Amino acid sequence: MNLISLFRKRSSAPVARERLQVLLSHERSVIGKSDLIATLQEEILAVIAKHVAVDREAVQIKLDRGDKVSMLEIDVEVPSLISKKPPEQLRASA
Amino acid sequence: MAKVLVVTSGKGGVGKTTSTAALGAALAQSGENVVVVDFDVGLRNLDLVMGAERRVVFDLINVVQGDAKLSQALIRDKRIDNLSLLPASQTRDKDALTIEGVDKVVGELREKFDWVICDSPAGIERGALLAMRHADMAVVVTNPEVSSVRDSDRIIGMLDSKTLRAEKGDRVDKHLLLTRYDPMRAARNEMLKTEDVLEILSIPLLGIIPESEEVLRASNLGAPVTLNNPISAPARAYFDAAKRLRGEKVEVVVPLERKGLIGRLFGRRVA
Repeated sequence: MNLISLFRKRSSAPVARERLQVLLSHERSVIGKSDLIATLQEEILAVIAKHVAVDREAVQIKLDRGDKVSMLEIDVEVPSLISKKPPEQLRASA
Repeated sequence: MAKVLVVTSGKGGVGKTTSTAALGAALAQSGENVVVVDFDVGLRNLDLVMGAERRVVFDLINVVQGDAKLSQALIRDKRIDNLSLLPASQTRDKDALTIEGVDKVVGELREKFDWVICDSPAGIERGALLAMRHADMAVVVTNPEVSSVRDSDRIIGMLDSKTLRAEKGDRVDKHLLLTRYDPMRAARNEMLKTEDVLEILSIPLLGIIPESEEVLRASNLGAPVTLNNPISAPARAYFDAAKRLRGEKVEVVVPLERKGLIGRLFGRRVA
């Protein structure tokens, strides 16, 4: 074991500290955001359910994080409107 | 007013059960009426660390399900009168613990005791959430090691969002208990320092428990370390932590077994 490796071995704690700081700042934001997605999913579902009968699984929300802009993707699968409602009602609402 | 304290960590094996027993005994020795509750259903161990494993007749699940009265399940410590244990079930499924049942039991415990100390199971699942649900205060047990610090960060987030206090817009009083700390290795930059962990987790420090043979010796014998050897370094650190829990201002030091030059160097104030 030479002097350099001896020194390296002894200073592992600062490395641990730095790794943790980087990791946790990322994890805290991700965990915070996943709550946001869950909230959005619930609220969007509630709004749609006022007008159309939808499955819980029918609303999919994804958040793609970019450096400058993030993309929020909302995918709602609605049951066939025509078959569920009488034709005259559809015409009236159109 | 009774206080409900959860001892939690996320990671397993960092010293939750040891700390629950040691703090419970220390608080009881200062005259408080204390119950320690094992929430680790299926993997109970607090009974063993407390040396009461052969006295368990009924457990938390029996009380939750109405098969036994609370008074039948409580085990009074043979060494200290005002210290009791409510063991977890070893055989039942952990799903046997219900929110309503826990609410009822904790409510009853609050009436009987000054301190209700809940020993949380490891993990972030149901059992851990139920253990922290009623907490007024939390002791986050952390080793100066990366995985333990990361898991503690996660648990702190849950204390801020998943407890009854959080739901009411109130907050749980959180404290860091740094365990298995080796001041010599920290001084040599081989181990995260107290300041590092405090800066990363940013919750107030309750105490620093030095790595010590005394902890294993006490658990071998079935006694909280604060009862088994009250003058040992970890016991003194736990006694100080218990005083801080009661609101006393005590300077944080890392007690060492050895006296003399090393003791003087490292027994000094660290935070």
